[in-house]
Amino acid sequence: MTLQSAKQTQSATDQQAILRPTPRQQMIVRIKMHYSLQIGASILIAMILMAIFASFLVPHDPYAQDLSNRLVDPIWGSTGTWDHPLGTDSLGRDYLSRLIYGSRIALMIGFSAMLISGVIGTILGVAAGYFGGRVDAVISFIILNRLSLPVTLVALAVVSVVGSSLEVVVVVLGLLIWDRFAVVLRSATLQVRNMEYVAAAEVLGASFPRIIFKDILPNISNHLIVVATLEMAHAILLEAALSFLGMGVQPPLPSWGLMVSEARDFMFFKPWMITVPGVALFLLVLAINLLGDGIRDVTTPEGRN
Amino acid sequence: MTDVAETILSIEGLSIALPVGGDRSFAVEDIDIKINSGEILCIVGESGSGKSVTSFATMGLLPKILNPSAGRIMFEGRDLLTLPEKARKELRGDRMAMIFQEPMSALNPCYTVGNQIEEVFKKHRRMSASQRRSQLLRLLEEVKLPDPERIRSAYPHQLSGGQRQRIMIAMALALDPKLLIADEPTTALDVTTQAQILNLIKQLKSAHSAGIMFVTHDFGVVAEIADRVVVMQHGRIVEQGSADEILNRPQHPYTKVLIAAVPRKSGQAGRSIEDNPVALLANNVTKTFHTPGNLFTKGRTVHAVKEASFTVRRGETLGIVGESGSGKTTLVRCLIRLIDPDSGEIEINGIDFAGLNRDTLREHRKDIQIVFQDPYGSLNPRRTVGDLIIEGPVNFGVPRAEALQRARELLKIVRLDPDCMDRYPAQFSGGQRQRICIARALAVEPKVLIADEAVSALDVSVQKEVLALINEIRDSFGLTVLFITHDLRVAAQICDNIIVMKDGEIVERGDVNKVFGAPEHDYTKSLLDAEPGKDWVIPEFEDNTSV
Repeated sequence: MTLQSAKQTQSATDQQAILRPTPRQQMIVRIKMHYSLQIGASILIAMILMAIFASFLVPHDPYAQDLSNRLVDPIWGSTGTWDHPLGTDSLGRDYLSRLIYGSRIALMIGFSAMLISGVIGTILGVAAGYFGGRVDAVISFIILNRLSLPVTLVALAVVSVVGSSLEVVVVVLGLLIWDRFAVVLRSATLQVRNMEYVAAAEVLGASFPRIIFKDILPNISNHLIVVATLEMAHAILLEAALSFLGMGVQPPLPSWGLMVSEARDFMFFKPWMITVPGVALFLLVLAINLLGDGIRDVTTPEGRN
Repeated sequence: MTDVAETILSIEGLSIALPVGGDRSFAVEDIDIKINSGEILCIVGESGSGKSVTSFATMGLLPKILNPSAGRIMFEGRDLLTLPEKARKELRGDRMAMIFQEPMSALNPCYTVGNQIEEVFKKHRRMSASQRRSQLLRLLEEVKLPDPERIRSAYPHQLSGGQRQRIMIAMALALDPKLLIADEPTTALDVTTQAQILNLIKQLKSAHSAGIMFVTHDFGVVAEIADRVVVMQHGRIVEQGSADEILNRPQHPYTKVLIAAVPRKSGQAGRSIEDNPVALLANNVTKTFHTPGNLFTKGRTVHAVKEASFTVRRGETLGIVGESGSGKTTLVRCLIRLIDPDSGEIEINGIDFAGLNRDTLREHRKDIQIVFQDPYGSLNPRRTVGDLIIEGPVNFGVPRAEALQRARELLKIVRLDPDCMDRYPAQFSGGQRQRICIARALAVEPKVLIADEAVSALDVSVQKEVLALINEIRDSFGLTVLFITHDLRVAAQICDNIIVMKDGEIVERGDVNKVFGAPEHDYTKSLLDAEPGKDWVIPEFEDNTSV
């Protein structure tokens, strides 16, 4: 009888264990409890929607100049009108419309540069971590070389030689900021590679591409996502810096960095001109970073505490 | 124990609530424990039974999210739970001390061990430097460390695991505490070292007349040192009494289940396998690791495996036993070609496995499979159980649908619900995961199965089930099993033949009864001698069938 009851409790615990939430359910619960992730995600989604539907949202053509209405204050200022809620710039272009179109450029550059650098960095990092030995030595050397380059300076030099356009800025940034992907993913891969499930897959006859795609990449994906968000924010800020220095996106394109640059001359008597695009940049980068931090928190490998 | 022994610690009706959302509402619930001076009280239980929480609560080291919700912990006439933190701090290390499981992480690697022991004196006593020094040397001598003068100025990493644990004990004893709490202090140690430490603790009991609370999961250790025993399950005390009562005449069914699950020395003897064909042959397998030197350090050469030769016949279970660093894991990794041996032959079913090149190796990998020690690290957390099990067959060209069908059957064989195919490893317990690992290994229909410490991380009752499962599949699949373990009892229970390894060499071999009954090599003798609780004859119960 005692045996019977022992057996029953055993099967009861078996049932209980199987009823534990799946990793996906667990993640959803964690997301629900993670407010900063929710805030970051909502701001970012709002910005993305704004960029996609920019042409429906803008009150004016962002390129249309109206020299009779130059430097109109935003509505909270003395000369503010609802016709230009955020005022106009030195050429009389509607500031709100330029801001909305600017989100397209910021997101486009951030996303594309992150994609290019992500591909380069992931390939290098995973290869170095998985194969080790000579491959690792060569890739580590390449990473070290890249780390010794001052990003802004090199980007400035290249853009000034090749000529600046949106595409050039994206490619130059993408080719420059893969270092963090490579460094982080290399060490993450090293760690995962020594897990016994990789050894088990090897013993089960899995080929190395299969091991990389089925065992390594899914288990380093949380690092990948976090670095990707950081680098996206990084690229957006770099673009703004380049544009500010006049070597990024060229006028009349409404880039936020360019808007800050153009507002420089009016900084002391029209401070809102520099504040408005600055706040937009700040919000976007903050949102991306909050999201990245949040994703790291909710996707930590399950099962181990 | 004598009647005059005074009670040092009494835990009365202690309950500690778990944060909401845990799998039960209390970590420990309504427990009563008394410890007298000069006695060793063992708290036994499986993982999650609340034994460590009890010891941490007594010491006042509970993590912040755990709060005692009822009860008292009386020590020297005061209730520890209501004592202000400052007063508790003064008690810790002075009147009560603790020894942890992992001595490496409990010692600070930046200071010499002498410094760290003296620190205790500095915190609690006013002593001159010379007094401290003489006290320190006395302590080091007491815990039987050789050459105290030299040990004193050593850093933790320069000492062996056993020596580090002795340092921890010396530190705990520094101020002659009334209560010593030892939380699995020998679990991370090899058997021979464990025997020495247990011996030391036994001597301390009489020399210091302190009460010792000894937390363990190992009934062998209990049999070796306990005066009284408390058995815990799911945060409750199910039974307590003298060591003799609990070990030989347990009353509670759970205690009986635990004791019944302790592996016995008698197991496999008498099966005839001599006529079976040879399934695995290893001939002079050698592996040497070279660490290249550089400008500052000399290169190092470690002979991990030295000319290991043995044969295993079909249906046989060969045990490879040895302490850590004996080369058994390297040998196994050579056998499955996770690392390449320097020289030697490995023949599996007549095929020279060691001589295969990259491409041909992949085809033959399915002949030899492995189950690893850590049930948490050996399953990819991002893939479903079904995906994990069909990985092998799919790699060897079996169509997916067919492999899935087979996976369902395998899950039934390892006694898991076939409907859990699309669940993730994180949803299973340690024992269940080890079953999944076994199913995964069986999926490619191997000829040889290696179990590398496959049951070491499991609780005894789960361990027993997995061992039974391994035996069962060996017989029904005609497998050959290589069972690597450091636990002699487990080896004795499951193996036909035994190989004993030391420093990369095979020092003794033979069938179980010969090796364990009449060992020839000194090392085997010392291993057997060190086995905790070797004099305890495990009682048999009527309802002792496999659970």
